[in-house]
Amino acid sequence: MALSEQEVLAGLAEIVVEETGVDAADVQLDKSFTDDLDIDSLSMMTIVTLAEEKFDVRIPDEEVKNLVTVGDAVSYITSAQA
Amino acid sequence: MAVVVTGLGATSPLGGDVASTWAGALAGRSGVRTLDNDWAEKYGMPVNFAGQLAVNPEEVLSRPEIKRMDPSAQMAIIATREAWADAGSPEVDPERLGAVVSSGIGGVWTLLSAWDTVKEKGASRVLPMTVPMLMPNSPAAYVELEIGARAGAHAPVSACASGAEAIGMAFEMIESGRADVVVAGGTEAAIHPLPISAFAAMKALSKRNDDPARASRPYDTGRDGFVLGEGSGILVLESEEHALARGAHIYARVAGLGMTSDAYHIAAPDPEGAGQTRAMKLALERAGLAPADIIHVNAHATSTVAGDMVEARGIRGIMGSHGDNVLLSATKSMTGHLLGGAGALESVFTILALRDRLAPPTINVENPDPELEVDLVRDTPRAMPASGDLAAINNSFGFGGHNVALVFTTP
Repeated sequence: MALSEQEVLAGLAEIVVEETGVDAADVQLDKSFTDDLDIDSLSMMTIVTLAEEKFDVRIPDEEVKNLVTVGDAVSYITSAQA
Repeated sequence: MAVVVTGLGATSPLGGDVASTWAGALAGRSGVRTLDNDWAEKYGMPVNFAGQLAVNPEEVLSRPEIKRMDPSAQMAIIATREAWADAGSPEVDPERLGAVVSSGIGGVWTLLSAWDTVKEKGASRVLPMTVPMLMPNSPAAYVELEIGARAGAHAPVSACASGAEAIGMAFEMIESGRADVVVAGGTEAAIHPLPISAFAAMKALSKRNDDPARASRPYDTGRDGFVLGEGSGILVLESEEHALARGAHIYARVAGLGMTSDAYHIAAPDPEGAGQTRAMKLALERAGLAPADIIHVNAHATSTVAGDMVEARGIRGIMGSHGDNVLLSATKSMTGHLLGGAGALESVFTILALRDRLAPPTINVENPDPELEVDLVRDTPRAMPASGDLAAINNSFGFGGHNVALVFTTP
């Protein structure tokens, strides 16, 4: 059963917090990974790889550059779920 | 350019910092215990014990730090933070600040768990941090980032001599004028089924599974191989001029360095110990000291049948009858063998021995090898002369015929 956007956000926030140490409260839909959360490209690739596994989705490399905000990633993952 | 030691850091099987590690060593405590997992049974490993860290890095570092560093780098960072704070977190021109941190084996946990991921989940699941975590210079690079070192970061690799070689390289960076301050040492996190199985395949490891705390017994007639240990030792080396200018506390001087190679065999020590002896002689010459000036030797002595006496005969050969007065300590009897971390942790021990004028004990020696002709410190620490300058040697030797002798003196 597909997860809701809220559930995806919570799961994604867990990954982001564990990988980067940012405050969980800062992982909000409107936050930019690079500008607001200060996440570098290597960490972003790590988050994507872990999210693919956690949510059982595929996020193609060419799609990653479009995931500017946390909300972009949540939307993508939510719609990509089977 | 005189080089001094102004900071010390460690995490080891005896304790999570320098004070607890040194207290454990002086108390003659063993940090070796049975592995708390089922590897021996699961993989048929002939050895089920090791010198595991006293304090798990996960209790000390943040979650993202744990995720982004191989355990070998985690240990080096823990020891670096302690050493750097101990040195007074000095203000140093970044272009005059270096880092030399070695590992003998490298990021073996990262490498092999990533291979497990490839096999079990496919290549797409391999994390992008895998390469920065497994590369053998990773601890040096993380230390470089931690302190902001821009004079150079290096990771000389010479198996079990790596940590000592790192200190030697740092000494030369300062002596030659490349840097004013260098954070140097070694680290190892190789308590993993593969290295244990591979060292066991060489018949290098003790199999005293029923009595792990007494398995590491350098110079004892019942020694049957080394005990794998893990951890890190880190020193802050500094030019004397720089240290004096900032009023730093000086633990000791790095007075001499001797590095040689055997060109004899890929793993066995030269039975004549010519390269080892030459390393000690060169270190003494460079320090401007005579053998009779040496009061203490922290031996490489790993508890192997072949290795221990080669070194001991070499020490006696250099010292002659003064060997009767040299306080010989084999601290691997308590910590196990930290491989690339060994030379660094044992340099910490050697420096603290000079500071406290107290040679740490060698434990588990029930029957000293009858050929041993150096004064072995057994079971309890032994006092050095209460006044006057003191000098000590720390030996480290590695598979491949790498020999490193470091001479430290009281400041």
